[in-house]
Amino acid sequence: MNKKSLAKTTLRHILLITVSFFMVYPILWMFFSSFKPNNEIFSTTNLIPKTWTFEHYLSSFGPDAPMNFGPMFLYSFLISIVVVVGSIFSSTLTGFAFARLRFTPRKFFIGFMFGTMMLPIQVVMIPQYIIFNKLNLVNSFTPLMLPSFLGVTPFFIYLMVQFIRGIPKDLDEAALIDGCSTFRMFTTVILPLAKPAIVTMSIFAFYWTWNDFFGQLIYLSNPEKFTVSLGLSMFMTNLGESQYGSLFAMSILSVVPVFVIFLFFQRHLTEGIATHGLKG
Amino acid sequence: MQTQQVQATTLKQKPEKLKKMQTPLQRNLTAYAFISPWLIGMLFLTVGSMLFTFYLAFTDYDLLSAPTWIGADNFTNIWNDRNFWASIRSTLYYVALSVPLRLIASLLVAMLLLKDIKGIGLYRAVIYLPSLLGGSVGVAIGWKKLFDANGPINSFLGVFGIAGPMWIGNPSTAIYVLIILAVWQFGSEMVIFLAGLKQVPTILYEAATIDGASKLKQFFHVTLPMLSPIIFFNLLMGTISAFMVFTQVYIITGGGPMKSTLFYVYYLYQNAFTYFDMGYAAALAVILLVIIAIISSFIYLTSKFWVNYDV
Repeated sequence: MNKKSLAKTTLRHILLITVSFFMVYPILWMFFSSFKPNNEIFSTTNLIPKTWTFEHYLSSFGPDAPMNFGPMFLYSFLISIVVVVGSIFSSTLTGFAFARLRFTPRKFFIGFMFGTMMLPIQVVMIPQYIIFNKLNLVNSFTPLMLPSFLGVTPFFIYLMVQFIRGIPKDLDEAALIDGCSTFRMFTTVILPLAKPAIVTMSIFAFYWTWNDFFGQLIYLSNPEKFTVSLGLSMFMTNLGESQYGSLFAMSILSVVPVFVIFLFFQRHLTEGIATHGLKG
Repeated sequence: MQTQQVQATTLKQKPEKLKKMQTPLQRNLTAYAFISPWLIGMLFLTVGSMLFTFYLAFTDYDLLSAPTWIGADNFTNIWNDRNFWASIRSTLYYVALSVPLRLIASLLVAMLLLKDIKGIGLYRAVIYLPSLLGGSVGVAIGWKKLFDANGPINSFLGVFGIAGPMWIGNPSTAIYVLIILAVWQFGSEMVIFLAGLKQVPTILYEAATIDGASKLKQFFHVTLPMLSPIIFFNLLMGTISAFMVFTQVYIITGGGPMKSTLFYVYYLYQNAFTYFDMGYAAALAVILLVIIAIISSFIYLTSKFWVNYDV
């Protein structure tokens, strides 16, 4: 390497380290603050705690905690998992029909699905709330989970349509010749081959639902049914001023599932964003 | 060779038999069975709800008694509503600043990340991470404390002898806390730009170098035109999602101070679920749809002049 290109690479490293610093500092600050005693958090400019305490994590769980986060994590997890199942159910069925089956008005439906991709949820949320309210389902998890079974995320259907179109048609024709019904062909040929798309979709479904706040805020008002997002919000309003440590501890814990997804499925995430236009 | 031909002919014949077995009606029934979950969702949750929103926009409705038709009253009230105009002003300001800044940051950093230098995977991961976590309540809480009057941002400024403002308590600075948070999450756009930059043929840069074009010229005459379809996509998606920002406003500023961050969707939420003025909120939703349609078509129409599709 000659001197000029060495200088250039060094400059690139310096710039990237600077950018990276600004990107991770807020998260690191929260992370380390969650291990500091409450009086140390705002009194010091040191990032690393002088005295480490795990009290903030331990005191946020169990019946004696000012707010018990245990059930909240469980509920957030439950809702996210069910939404993943619902999204797989509706988007594979619909995606398969759009990609492979002939019916009228197929083109119109596909066009319609594309049209609803950009529709702001605010335009449909009030009637949806009214419907669930009339059905006495407000303050239950149903309004947060049921829509996923009805394919309300056009991005997922689009992802499946694109992927299934790429599967060679010979395979399903061969299955049909062997006497498979359309449904059997779907479950035995298409579904196993569509696994990469299903994985990508599941990751996004989980992480969007886990991070969701708006839907949960609207539909859940009983603190006994609060999710992590709602619990954090209430914690901040009610206790936050004196208990920064616990607030940070639970905030950090709340992003751990997304962080784990990031560690294991980074390639799926970036591919989903770059090639399918899913919102990261 | 022969067996292959036999197979080929049977393959050709059999589907025809199949077609005879399945009447068009059966074919349609099968397909409708597959799409029925989506169809139900589309009819009730999407189309039905949208039409119902349009209806509600012309009513007075508080969830308890039946909606009463009041004509265009909601819209005239909105026109005279100071909060509505405050929300339009703050939202447009937020969109106009955060979207271009995010685009610029994501493109520049993507260019830095293009070359395969040591540790590039780690750099990419670290820089992408905030976009993944940034929308959550947890990070919004951290952000709020980061910009606290005694928080690390002001301690950092204090090192240089600058007395930082009360970021969130001050109506003229609160919105910047939200804008910086939006810019900080540029990772997903960066990923798209990075994928696009890899597609630009290196031969174009080689040709430009031979012609004596400087790096800066290459950026404006090769990189930008080649990326213009991606810039268009990022601009459109970024603008729409910037209009929808909610969680951060709710957690960090609560629309204040002095309505300086009363963003549109937050104001809509307040009307619907704090005041339970569903008719008024529905009218606001209709206006939101119109605003987004106008801005999207504007971006789309101007794209003819700056997006290069003969790549």
